[in-house]
Amino acid sequence: MSEPPARSSTPPGDDYPTSVASRLALWQRAGGLVVPLLTTILAFLVGGLVVLVTTGKSPLTTYRAIFEGSGLNWFLELGAHELRLPFTETHVPIPWQTNDLESLAAANLQQTFITWVPLVLTGLAVAFAFRCGMFNIGGQGQYLAGAIMAVWVGSELPGLPGVLHVVAAVLAGALTGAAWAGIAGLLKAVAGTHEVISTIMLNWIAVWVGVFLFGLGGPLQNDAQPFVPVSNDILEESRLSVFWGDALLQGLHVGVFVAIGALVVYWITLNRTAFGYGVRAVGFSPEAARYGGIPVARNYFLAMAISGLFAGLAGAIDIVGWQHRLNTNDIRISSLGFVGIAVALLGRNTAVGIALSALLFSALVVGTSTRNLDAEIFRPELASNLTLLIQGLVVLFVGADVLILYLLSLRRRVRRGSVAGRRK
Amino acid sequence: MSGLVARLPRGERALAWLGILGGIAAFWVTLPPLHVREPVVPILIGLVATGLGIGALRGGARRLAWGALTIAILGIGLGYLATRSSVTHLDEVVVWSALIAATLRHATPLAFAAMGGIFSERSGVANIGLEGMMLAGAFFGILGADKLGSWLLGLACAAVAGGGFALVYAFFAIHLRADQIVGGTAINFLALGLTGYLFIDIYGSDGTPANVPGVPDVHLGFLEDWYFVGPVLGRLNLMIWLAFLTIVATWVVLFKTPVGLRIRAVGEHPRAADTVGISVYATRYGAVTLSGILAALGGAYLSIGFVNSFNQNMTVGRGFIALAAVIFGNWMPWGAAAATLLFGFSTALALRLPAYSESAAVLFQALPYVLTLIAVAGLIGRSTPPRAVGRSYEKQ
Repeated sequence: MSEPPARSSTPPGDDYPTSVASRLALWQRAGGLVVPLLTTILAFLVGGLVVLVTTGKSPLTTYRAIFEGSGLNWFLELGAHELRLPFTETHVPIPWQTNDLESLAAANLQQTFITWVPLVLTGLAVAFAFRCGMFNIGGQGQYLAGAIMAVWVGSELPGLPGVLHVVAAVLAGALTGAAWAGIAGLLKAVAGTHEVISTIMLNWIAVWVGVFLFGLGGPLQNDAQPFVPVSNDILEESRLSVFWGDALLQGLHVGVFVAIGALVVYWITLNRTAFGYGVRAVGFSPEAARYGGIPVARNYFLAMAISGLFAGLAGAIDIVGWQHRLNTNDIRISSLGFVGIAVALLGRNTAVGIALSALLFSALVVGTSTRNLDAEIFRPELASNLTLLIQGLVVLFVGADVLILYLLSLRRRVRRGSVAGRRK
Repeated sequence: MSGLVARLPRGERALAWLGILGGIAAFWVTLPPLHVREPVVPILIGLVATGLGIGALRGGARRLAWGALTIAILGIGLGYLATRSSVTHLDEVVVWSALIAATLRHATPLAFAAMGGIFSERSGVANIGLEGMMLAGAFFGILGADKLGSWLLGLACAAVAGGGFALVYAFFAIHLRADQIVGGTAINFLALGLTGYLFIDIYGSDGTPANVPGVPDVHLGFLEDWYFVGPVLGRLNLMIWLAFLTIVATWVVLFKTPVGLRIRAVGEHPRAADTVGISVYATRYGAVTLSGILAALGGAYLSIGFVNSFNQNMTVGRGFIALAAVIFGNWMPWGAAAATLLFGFSTALALRLPAYSESAAVLFQALPYVLTLIAVAGLIGRSTPPRAVGRSYEKQ
């Protein structure tokens, strides 16, 4: 029985971890994957149970229909498509069909990715504030603020050349989101106001300002249709171009790359810059950070503003990417900002995790939409509520990782007990 | 009674309160039934109120004095605007008896949920999930009333559902020490999903039936002929009276009974409470469950007392307004009740203002949130939450 020297220095009985730090690292890595997976599986199990009990339909068939509605089965078609190399008889497999209109899966997948973009961004918004020790529950309001500003800039300001107009609309939207969250950050930094309360209030203020602006008689309400509570359409040249699928049928716009870029920026800012280090330090312990000379109040404000920047970007990209207008009903019922909370929690506030969990939730949202779910198999109105239910369960279980860590530690204790038994 | 007189504000605080009343009066005289049409009158009254405010400011009651100054200036502005607007418009919008009755109707669901919020937060558990618990109450209230054929059983169903959601939340927040904000958010999602799912599954696209037994109105026959009081109080829903009772009961329980002392102790300093033998967990479980039940009753009033139907997400943020009322009212029952009245009034007014401008009326709906934001920013009064709110407690 040869023991590594590092272990022999630890007191007997506590044989597993070499140091607290390494145990924490291992724990996080294991928890980082296991907890979200367990959580998701558990949530889907409960959701399936609800389906079974209330409708008597098979949960598997239902989930399969949702899966196909989300277009994720497109990836299963990979390799099924070939392209003949010119001047030869050789066929090489390519990842997508040359004619996208023929594939229902491709069209569905485009919708999933269109939803993926704002979910990634609102997820990043929540996650960035989390890393600074704050709970930004106001992603919804910041998203709306960004969308409202993008509609305004996109539909007014004629005469700007195309690319500039898009950039102006997106930037204006993102900055408005940042300013909106910045109010909460400023209040937290200056007056110590709890950000949860201020961002909830800001959410609803944004909703009512939006309803006021685009509602009947509102200052930004549609010029051509005085009796429809909707904004003007944004100009043709201030729309993002579609690179996959048909632009008229809501193909996938280039905003996807903005979302990917934002994931990279998020990772670099937090992990490779002094500012990101400060943000994380404040998140771990404001007192220790202050003692270490990190400007805590400034970081609260900046982290909140950057968080709002992501959410505002989400709203702006949705407008220039595919919505092109805002109506008051959408403003009232949209909940993408809240789903961002679930995305960030399930993704454990890491860039990769957020990308993946955003894919899960966008697939769920799109797969259960009226447009994509086969009504013969399961009613979309029911299924979209099932999505909410699953989201709620995910958030509930993720929040209680103590439960899952407890189960893990139980297992470990059992295993350790058996190892100790063998040693004797 | 002598105690009440002794507690009346004195000195500069009294000046500030007079200033506030003066500011309101400057606006009030221009409205029906007085209908002062001379702009000089509201301006003069407002100026007096401003003077009182300045006096209070020099006396040292700063926050209250700033409040008085704001209200005085607002009173001048609004009073002037009212003298410029036509009498027919004013008469159409400002029917005091109808406005006050509508205020009570809109304040009732908020008051129930706010009292629930006070219990939960006073015990040290932040409750973002009020919205979800209200929604659960609204749905299960009408479901119970419809299927069991009685509004009383409907209310019972609502209470059980709200209490159930609250128990789930309590288990996660207290025993599993999950983040309370995350847990509350989860409850909101869950309630939205579950009620929406069951609503579609049970009632489909037809909606809830029209003949669901609702909570009855209370007819006070002897009041009907009284000037002003009759139209306001004569035909209120039973739930509105219950809301009054709930507010009084909340105050009595929290501040006049040992149970309330325990709840507050657990919310301020759980370790100390534990040391003297109070069970922190049991107290918090009780308070959170009670908050769910109360919030659900507020939701049930919406579905079977107010509109007699249910729609997906029909609470549309009322739980959050209730939360705002708790904070605006500084975690005190009377303060929160006053806040729900203020917020209810702004809703009632927003529904009547379209006579002037449809779009501007909408902005009134944002008023509760703006006011609460100003309050938590520390501009009017200091909000002091229970010290242990939001923190889970670990037994030693």
